[in-house]
Amino acid sequence: MKCRKCGNKASVNMRQHKLALCKEHYLEWVPEQTERFIKKYEMFKHHEKILVAVSGGKDSLALWDILTRLGYQADGLYLGLGIDGGINYSHESQRLTEKFANEHNLKLHVVDIEKEYGQPIPVLSEISHRGHGKPCAVCGLAKRHEMNRIARDLGYDVLATGHNLDDEAAVLFGNTLSWSSEYLLRQGPVLPASDGLARKVKPLCRFYEREMTAYSLARGVEYIYEECPFAEGSQSIYYKELLNQLETARPGAKLTFYLRFLEARNRGDLFIEKNMERAHLHSCPKCGQPTSTDDLCSFCRMINKVNSMPAAVLGGEDIA
Amino acid sequence: MVKLVLRNKEYEVKPGMTLLSALQKINILPESVIATREGEMILDDEILKDGDIVKLIAVISGG
Repeated sequence: MKCRKCGNKASVNMRQHKLALCKEHYLEWVPEQTERFIKKYEMFKHHEKILVAVSGGKDSLALWDILTRLGYQADGLYLGLGIDGGINYSHESQRLTEKFANEHNLKLHVVDIEKEYGQPIPVLSEISHRGHGKPCAVCGLAKRHEMNRIARDLGYDVLATGHNLDDEAAVLFGNTLSWSSEYLLRQGPVLPASDGLARKVKPLCRFYEREMTAYSLARGVEYIYEECPFAEGSQSIYYKELLNQLETARPGAKLTFYLRFLEARNRGDLFIEKNMERAHLHSCPKCGQPTSTDDLCSFCRMINKVNSMPAAVLGGEDIA
Repeated sequence: MVKLVLRNKEYEVKPGMTLLSALQKINILPESVIATREGEMILDDEILKDGDIVKLIAVISGG
């Protein structure tokens, strides 16, 4: 497969875009696209101060790298969760995040949950009896709380996270399965600031997870490859696997799922009963059956079209 | 033979097939991995040669 831009051997193929690129052109394309999404969704401007939530994983480090390459003022925030899981998970992810910050001469804030609140995440979860035996609920809650606190206290204009399209599609899929209308109405690339809450943005929300992995590999970003020990068997991973099965059979399915949702949400088409009332039905002038158009109904239009065709197209016989 | 490695699992396939065919043979979704050979990313249409060692990098993360 050849790079569409230079004809050299391609390194990345994005079937949903029918686009293959070599490593060099891929590394140009990703920041260009990110900038396009930042502008399209009005995430932030160049004069604003951005706090990037960095976990040591591929997505958040890639985001930090991209924003820096684009010339944004982006500082990092690492939250020490105190997760060991037999693989020194938090320790290793912090080491890789600090290594990235040092190598790129970037400012990194580190908040250790145990130092701030007396216990690491797994213990907080155990004591508080939240999350049905897994610390993921408490972890999410603590991360949201601390990210907002630091962004607000240190005067950042916006908080950026490395959520990719697979993350967003998996959340959307889960919320659709349960018809969680409140969550569905809130999901999007930008959560505007409100009383006490910093603006939150997801500049990578239109990149597949696979593309972010490819970006990190191509850029030589060293990230924590091991999964969080508590993520094994999680619902979000299961949904991602299901969506990848769909994507394999129907390239672009994940992207369409997410983008059509955003369009519907922006049009106000989601969960608003009054839209049904607005759609006034008329009687078809030919058959008298209800139709949403002002003229003939779809069936009568179809029959008219068939009847207007020459007999030869209909198989040579006059159907009348 | 061609060796494919995903985390701590190893698979072997016959040389001469494409990466896509190899992934289908060992039942791994192409969407869920990135394949590298000698540190370089390779694509689905790459023909695998005898002695190749293909490292498969899982792309799914989350929790």
